[in-house]
Amino acid sequence: MYKYDHYDQAMVDARVADFRDQTRRRIAGQMTDDQFKPLRLKNGLYLQLHAYMLRIAIPYGTLDSRQLRKLAHIARTYDRGYGHFTTRQNLQFHWIKLEQAPDILAELAEVEMHCIQTSGESIRNISADHYAGAAADEIMDPRPWAEMLRQMTSFHPEFSYLPRKFKICVIAAEEDRAAMRWHDFGLRIVKNEAGEVGFEVYPGGGMGRTPFIAYKSADFVPQHQIFSYLQAVLRVWNRHARRDNIHKQRMKILVHELGEEEFTRQVEEAFEHILRLGTDFPQAEYDRIAAYFEPPAFETGLRDEIDRSDPDFAVWLDQNVAAHKAPGYAIANISLKPIRGIGGDITAEQMEVVADLAERYSFDELRVAHTQNLVLPHVRKQDLYAVWQALRGAGLADANLDLVTDIIACPGLDYCSLANARSIPVAQKIAERFADPARQHDLGELKIKISGCINACGHHHAGHIGILGVDRKGTENYQLLLGGSGDEHTTQAKITGPGFDEDGIVDAVERAVEHYRTIRESGERFIDTYRRVGMDGFKEAIYG
Amino acid sequence: MAESGNPLPQAASEAYYLRFRDDVPADEPAVSLDSFFEQPNAVSVRIEAGDDPERLIPHLSRVTLVEVDFPKFRDGRGFSTARILREAGYTGEIKATGDVLVDLVYFMRRCGFDSFAPDVAIDPAVLEDALSRYPYVYQHAADDAVPIWQLRHPELANG
Repeated sequence: MYKYDHYDQAMVDARVADFRDQTRRRIAGQMTDDQFKPLRLKNGLYLQLHAYMLRIAIPYGTLDSRQLRKLAHIARTYDRGYGHFTTRQNLQFHWIKLEQAPDILAELAEVEMHCIQTSGESIRNISADHYAGAAADEIMDPRPWAEMLRQMTSFHPEFSYLPRKFKICVIAAEEDRAAMRWHDFGLRIVKNEAGEVGFEVYPGGGMGRTPFIAYKSADFVPQHQIFSYLQAVLRVWNRHARRDNIHKQRMKILVHELGEEEFTRQVEEAFEHILRLGTDFPQAEYDRIAAYFEPPAFETGLRDEIDRSDPDFAVWLDQNVAAHKAPGYAIANISLKPIRGIGGDITAEQMEVVADLAERYSFDELRVAHTQNLVLPHVRKQDLYAVWQALRGAGLADANLDLVTDIIACPGLDYCSLANARSIPVAQKIAERFADPARQHDLGELKIKISGCINACGHHHAGHIGILGVDRKGTENYQLLLGGSGDEHTTQAKITGPGFDEDGIVDAVERAVEHYRTIRESGERFIDTYRRVGMDGFKEAIYG
Repeated sequence: MAESGNPLPQAASEAYYLRFRDDVPADEPAVSLDSFFEQPNAVSVRIEAGDDPERLIPHLSRVTLVEVDFPKFRDGRGFSTARILREAGYTGEIKATGDVLVDLVYFMRRCGFDSFAPDVAIDPAVLEDALSRYPYVYQHAADDAVPIWQLRHPELANG
């Protein structure tokens, strides 16, 4: 994985000093909270219901054991002994004191980590396929490009006060495991007929209160022009977005208002101009970065057979382990969705177990998935049993990847000042309802996503089953949605009808799931059945 | 572009006015973009946040001062305005006015602003720290800072 050189380190160290100074000025009263807010937000520090929340960037979801151990240390020293992995492959601590935030940044800088641009109206941490470098179906590792873009978009002066946040995602496979088209700027690495590398570009996606799926604005932007293209998109948006209503300032709204054709035309005009300025990086710099992402030294001649004699292990193996591109290796997913837990939460002790496993069994690498689970990307098949045993000892061996209990839920009203309703208890009740492993397994892939307000941090628009918490006359009410997806056939979920109370929504989910079970054809997942039959039958089953 | 290394606070009016240029400031008040086109002798022009700076490009040869207004510090349109003017070859003064906070000045300088007349004066000590904080830059902009990727590959400088 990428290692900082002295330039990268100097920039992160400077940011620590910068933020220390800004915090000092705020505490000394030299800045109003209104003035401090965008500065702390550019550094991932939110004020939530009970305390400050600090969001730490995990670029393209890649971590090593040293970094995860540092996060464990921070959890113990500055928080309450745990952290929370997010849907954008980052980690959040929810119980931070403002005056300690600069010290945390200094600790992070020691292990080449930071919080730069993890919130606020900025170009956010860049996400990528969490199987990058390991997936059998990728045409190349997308992370060198993500790292390139990370550097080029850090402290970009023209785009330091954007209309709203801006999220970038890079993938390099036909299958989309990263919900690419739900980002402001999605990139898929492709090769043209001449074998040259370039990008399909998908601008204008985003969830929130006005969801849009990104459209394709270019079939092939040559690889060394992608930064110019990105700057063109940002410039068109920065100049022409509304500035009078924060809810209408995301780029997706401008794309919608101008129309895809006109937005593309303006981008192409700006692109032609910016290309001539010569701001793109050269091949030599790409090569330097790509060298850090060379595949690890996979052993050859390994056996592919796995001893399945332990039935509990076999269940985990079938559900949580994915195909690797190297013979004898596998991708092991670590579920952070225990039935009675909080999705994405992990204790300091668990972090240390995972760090040890990554170091010992996965070339010192691990990944964070946008589904709020972790990944050991390069495990020898012969080591999987030992890995599973260690995970089981740490309470991390739930065999529910992509199943009905692998739920994405935002922090909701338990933490968040924007929320209208709680998300975590609803996720827990649904998980308990479907806890029986045989039932989960029978239902197969089923992605439930829960948001506690219309800002959609829990991705309800992209859920096979989505749940949206709203405030209805002072009580929490939950709307049910069906048919969303973040995969390569991205779709937006639709509302079924009137909402439910907390227990009612669990029953409604069960009725929808049972309807699927009754009418599914052989091999169909929930989403396949929904796409085949549409909403009506489900509606009848849910509302009777 | 006339540049000087150190900020030279100047009393062009009684208001706070921070200037990074050595030439004589324009003594004519800036007019709106529409008025500028109606006044063939005007040399100072004011661009509001919603104005299109590209309209000015054919007329830049007679311009000595462009004021770019920031109605709220969160409104970043002016950053693109300055870039567009510099990319068109404009070397006269670009002045940031309005809600300009000290933490913006570093980014504004990189976008081509070379004078500042904010609503509220900037503390010189805090400004000095803010301008000298970051030792490098990651990307080209309107200043002459060399991006990190170029520093990493000195072999490319001559070829």
